[in-house]
Amino acid sequence: MNVIRGFATTFKHLLEEPVTYQYPEQIRPFAERYKGRHELKRYDNGLEKCIGCSLCAAACPADAIWVEAAENTDEARYSPGERYAKTYEINMLRCIFCGYCEDACPTEAIVLGHEHRLSFTNRKDAIFTKDMLIDPVPEGGQATPQKVEPGVFTRAIPDMEDPK
Amino acid sequence: MGVISSKLGNLGIVTTTLDEAVNWGRTGAMWPLLFGLACCAIEYMSTQASNYDLSRFGMELNRASPRQADLLIVAGRVSRKMAPVIRQLYDQMAAPKWVISMGDCASCSGVYNNYALVQGVDEIIPVDVYVAGCPPRPEQLIHGILALHEKVRGEHIKEWAS
Repeated sequence: MNVIRGFATTFKHLLEEPVTYQYPEQIRPFAERYKGRHELKRYDNGLEKCIGCSLCAAACPADAIWVEAAENTDEARYSPGERYAKTYEINMLRCIFCGYCEDACPTEAIVLGHEHRLSFTNRKDAIFTKDMLIDPVPEGGQATPQKVEPGVFTRAIPDMEDPK
Repeated sequence: MGVISSKLGNLGIVTTTLDEAVNWGRTGAMWPLLFGLACCAIEYMSTQASNYDLSRFGMELNRASPRQADLLIVAGRVSRKMAPVIRQLYDQMAAPKWVISMGDCASCSGVYNNYALVQGVDEIIPVDVYVAGCPPRPEQLIHGILALHEKVRGEHIKEWAS
């Protein structure tokens, strides 16, 4: 009797669906909070959210981020406020995807997305520059640098609303 | 050739070059070494398990002996005490052999910028593919393995048989 019960278990598993995800073709759904490759965000008008404050670089436990800031002018404006990130580099081989940069960012410019394809045959390819990280210009926005009216984009950090 | 194809039609004659045949064989059965160092090895184990199943890529089993392995996946941080061991394991592997540096610690020591750890396993052995992540998900490791397969497919006999 035990033999039959044992074989019944075996046959039950024979009829089950295989659990394997056929990875390159079929990707297992990621959790919403999964932290993948970074993305630098833009405002709706196309200006960059990053103001080059280097708080992300200071928060980074692995020293993976390198930011160099430069001054904005109204003729060539990259972001609201005084400064923007001229150089923004992340070494993906140093980054441990902890999300501290995301937490430190005062303008929510850097967000860890869901991109996970990060393998390199060369160590230099692992350094992602600003061009590779930044989001495309949204619909209706302008590419940076923009020429704007003086005195419009004076605040680096947007006005905050009280939580509802 | 012309006579055969005119008489028998297009047979779809396999015209693989020797390069392609050799590289097909190498990518089709690249057995990794049973070797893990730290938390990356946990993800490596789950890559081998049925949810992701590395057997689909010809990595049917992990060889416990470096003499029978083709691929060394350095999964985890490499301490200075471990460095000569890894070098010896790599030397004991028979050519052709490849190395994947899995995760941040093996690639450049990640957060551990200190005297106890080798700052990147490429200081002691040549690395073919670096996989980012801390630790990389099984998907990311498989992506690294596929990147290595791409690299192997680009190899030519003239380059290594001299």
